[in-house]
Amino acid sequence: MSLLGKLSIEAVPYHEPIIMVTLAVVAVVGVVIAMLITKHKQWGTLWFDWITSVDHKRLGIMYIVLAMIMLLRGFADAIMMRTQLAMATNGAPGYLPPEHYDQIFTAHGVIMIIFMAMPFMIGLMNIILPLQIGARDVAFPFLNNLSFWLTAGGAILVNVSLGLGEFAKTGWVAYPPLAGLEFSPGVGVDYYIWALQISGLGTLLTAVNFLVTVFKMRAPGMKLMQMPIFTWTCTWANILIAASFPILTAVLAMLTLDRYMDFHFFTNEAGGNSMMYINLFWAWGHPEVYILVLPAFGIFSEVISTFTAKRLFGYKSMVYASGAIAILGFIVWLHHFFTMGSSANVNAFFGIMTMVIAVPTGVKLFNWLFTMYRGRLILSVPVLWTLGFMVTFTIGGMTGVLLAIPGADYVLHNSLFLIAHFHNTIIGGAVFGYLAGFAFWFPKAMGFKLDEKTGKAAFWCWQIGFLLAFMPLYVLGFLGMTRRLNHTDNPDWNIWLYIAAFGAFVIAIGIFFQLLQLFVSFKNKEKLNDTTGDPWNGHTLEWSTASPPQFYNFAKIPHIKDIDAWTDMKERGESYQRPEKYTPIHMPKNTSAGVFMSMSFTLMGFALIWHIWWLAVVGLVAGIGVFIKRCYTSDVDYYVQVDEVERVEATHLSANTVGGRS
Amino acid sequence: MSIRNLFTLIVAGAGLTLAGCSGGVLDPKGQVGMDEKNLIILCTILMLIVVVPVIFLTLYFAWKYRASRDFEIYTPKWAHSTKIEAVVWSIPILIVVSLSVITWRSTHALDPYAPLEGQGEHLTVEVVSLNWKWLFIYPEQGIATVNELVFPANKPVAFKITSESTMNSFFIPQLGSQIYSMAGMETKLHLIADEPGTYKGISSNYSGAGFTGMKFNAIATPTEDDFEAWVASVKQSQTSLTSGAYEQLAEPSENNPVTYFSKVDDGLFHNIVMKYMKDHGSMDFYNKPENAAMGEHHAMPEIQHSHHQEDAQ
Repeated sequence: MSLLGKLSIEAVPYHEPIIMVTLAVVAVVGVVIAMLITKHKQWGTLWFDWITSVDHKRLGIMYIVLAMIMLLRGFADAIMMRTQLAMATNGAPGYLPPEHYDQIFTAHGVIMIIFMAMPFMIGLMNIILPLQIGARDVAFPFLNNLSFWLTAGGAILVNVSLGLGEFAKTGWVAYPPLAGLEFSPGVGVDYYIWALQISGLGTLLTAVNFLVTVFKMRAPGMKLMQMPIFTWTCTWANILIAASFPILTAVLAMLTLDRYMDFHFFTNEAGGNSMMYINLFWAWGHPEVYILVLPAFGIFSEVISTFTAKRLFGYKSMVYASGAIAILGFIVWLHHFFTMGSSANVNAFFGIMTMVIAVPTGVKLFNWLFTMYRGRLILSVPVLWTLGFMVTFTIGGMTGVLLAIPGADYVLHNSLFLIAHFHNTIIGGAVFGYLAGFAFWFPKAMGFKLDEKTGKAAFWCWQIGFLLAFMPLYVLGFLGMTRRLNHTDNPDWNIWLYIAAFGAFVIAIGIFFQLLQLFVSFKNKEKLNDTTGDPWNGHTLEWSTASPPQFYNFAKIPHIKDIDAWTDMKERGESYQRPEKYTPIHMPKNTSAGVFMSMSFTLMGFALIWHIWWLAVVGLVAGIGVFIKRCYTSDVDYYVQVDEVERVEATHLSANTVGGRS
Repeated sequence: MSIRNLFTLIVAGAGLTLAGCSGGVLDPKGQVGMDEKNLIILCTILMLIVVVPVIFLTLYFAWKYRASRDFEIYTPKWAHSTKIEAVVWSIPILIVVSLSVITWRSTHALDPYAPLEGQGEHLTVEVVSLNWKWLFIYPEQGIATVNELVFPANKPVAFKITSESTMNSFFIPQLGSQIYSMAGMETKLHLIADEPGTYKGISSNYSGAGFTGMKFNAIATPTEDDFEAWVASVKQSQTSLTSGAYEQLAEPSENNPVTYFSKVDDGLFHNIVMKYMKDHGSMDFYNKPENAAMGEHHAMPEIQHSHHQEDAQ
């Protein structure tokens, strides 16, 4: 047994030009960024103000930065797949052999769901949720920092697999027996397992953290049924995370035992049964899609009611509909495998339960419609994303109900129709929602608004590109094309494959406009500056703070009397009031324990992937050691003194009283 | 809405112009596929009753109540109406209730495990997915083929499906339903071709590197005689599928050519299904009692029996 386990120089794919060029570009970009940080002497800022920060707003921004980097990675995979399928028609092999292509579609799925959508959602929740309920931070700020770094650790493992070894060639669901040792002897599935385990732990801790925050730290007067709708939908999502992620952890742990210790949970031999994995995987996997989309529903609700300058129609319906979706989302997992051979009774039951979800979802759509009704809708960028969502998602919902009918699923299962459906709901639902939230809350997080023109261009490219890329996939599904094909040999399919590839490039232009938007907005920061903290005349408490918010959020915790707490305060003339006196504010201190713990566990994961047992022990012991040290540290908090609070508050208040607002 | 309509038109257009060669699930050539196509169309129309108004109202309200039209009524505090709430809950409920009835009935009618009623006697074909090809065993004819499936048109076929290794899905899009093939298990599927022809067959569940090449032709012969003639031609083959030959065939290979086997070892399919159970006693697989609990009783003594044998050895 070598000291480096299975790791050797052969693990570097130096004979793969695509990968080597990618790695070279990443290396160059990394060096340039490092040089810029050194030149501007920002290493200290990066470490003390960001990496070790326990401030939920900064962690939120870091989550979103992570999500955007992973979006670029996942999208690069998407473009490669669409190009391959556009080139590999009429029996041509294309430019990606199965060896490489199979890793790409696996990585695309894992990255987009676990490392793009989840961090994006959790990032927005981090920034906004504590502000919306009038809290100064989350319940466990250190845990929040640890959660972020665990998520980042998982993302690091996925990206390391690009340059060392391989990623799984199993599809993002990693069904055994294909994902078992017999048919996937390489390190790919192990990268998959440890990346998901480490980031999954982070996600679970986040859910616990935010549930405690919501239940224990609401501002006085705020009843549960007065929480802002985004907070409510995040809460439902967190309940789903807390209930479903342990299933993922357990099922992956069983797969790990199969692969590392010759267990037989899911193997063909010795009484193993892969159907158990498939059931458990989707018992997590189906709630997961509602975890992604529920917060997006909350964002649309906030955006629509803010930009129509109206109260949200049917707040109670919205809360209950979200709850119904969350609960029903847990009892429909079998619709992912109607074709496994369950009896007609079982299939019909799960089909009908799935359709029932369309009821609360339909109610939500109607409620957004009636929020617009008799309003004053401003067609801002977040509103464009919302309208785009309402049109796109309705189509996705319809095709989803169609797939929920076992008789239809028997011919549409695993076809490109299915691919079109879930991109229709995840892009048209979740991602459009996050991008709406991004544009909506950007000024809150960063202190200046985003450029409108480039934002609108980005939306239209995404919307049109989406239709071009995915509507042809519905057609291809009807034409009998199944998913995960490496090349095709059917002339009837070609035209649709070409259109889909073209659509992917239109989305690429949309992503380019988003990057351009960030660049232009940073350049025109002064002009786009938001001095008021309330650029859209918002309804909820986050808009009562400065932009970016004071690091302690609220000098004096407000007393809540209405769902639209901030609108209510503005109407009663209680906004921007200087309290009689300030009191010192109790705040958590930054800590490096989170990043060290998480990096130790990531190292452990890396060592386990390559069977470097001694290093795995080192990583585990180091991680636990840092944790124990943290437990015995009592110097974890401090008080913000009154004079500092007065100084910070004076700036915020003067911007809103002298500037004409009151 | 317009996009959806356009898309439906495109599909319909494609279906018409490419009829015969389009070969998708909207161009079915068998009763099962036909029923599934009609089900898809019926449910889509039902859903459009909600979908079209929602999309229309979204765009209409966004236009009508945009900020520049400040002459429209503006009610910033209006946030509840029991009447509207009742309507918006009932419309989706009604649609879903009717879809549920359709679902319950169609799922039972289209149960892949149920033999096709009123179509007469079924031809039995045993299907094994191997890395990466399809093996078809004809137990009644005593022959086997790789990557070619032949049966008479207008005669229902009962497929018994298993896998040697990874999970695949046995699918002939133009004939209808698909079912997973899983190692150590037998799944069932019943299909019929109403017209003679050659239909594409695929695996529609990814199973590794050679998955794309797991294609076969499903040929429905015009008459039973044509089928018998084909059987006779397979019997001309020099190779027979013994368990040894099967071991060789099970080795991973990609884009396998069509192969005929004139003879098959008796019970080969049964042995493939049971191969992972062989250390755990034997079970009369083909006469499994309807009641699973009784089956366990039945199998228990034999399990103990085999353990005794091992001890004795």
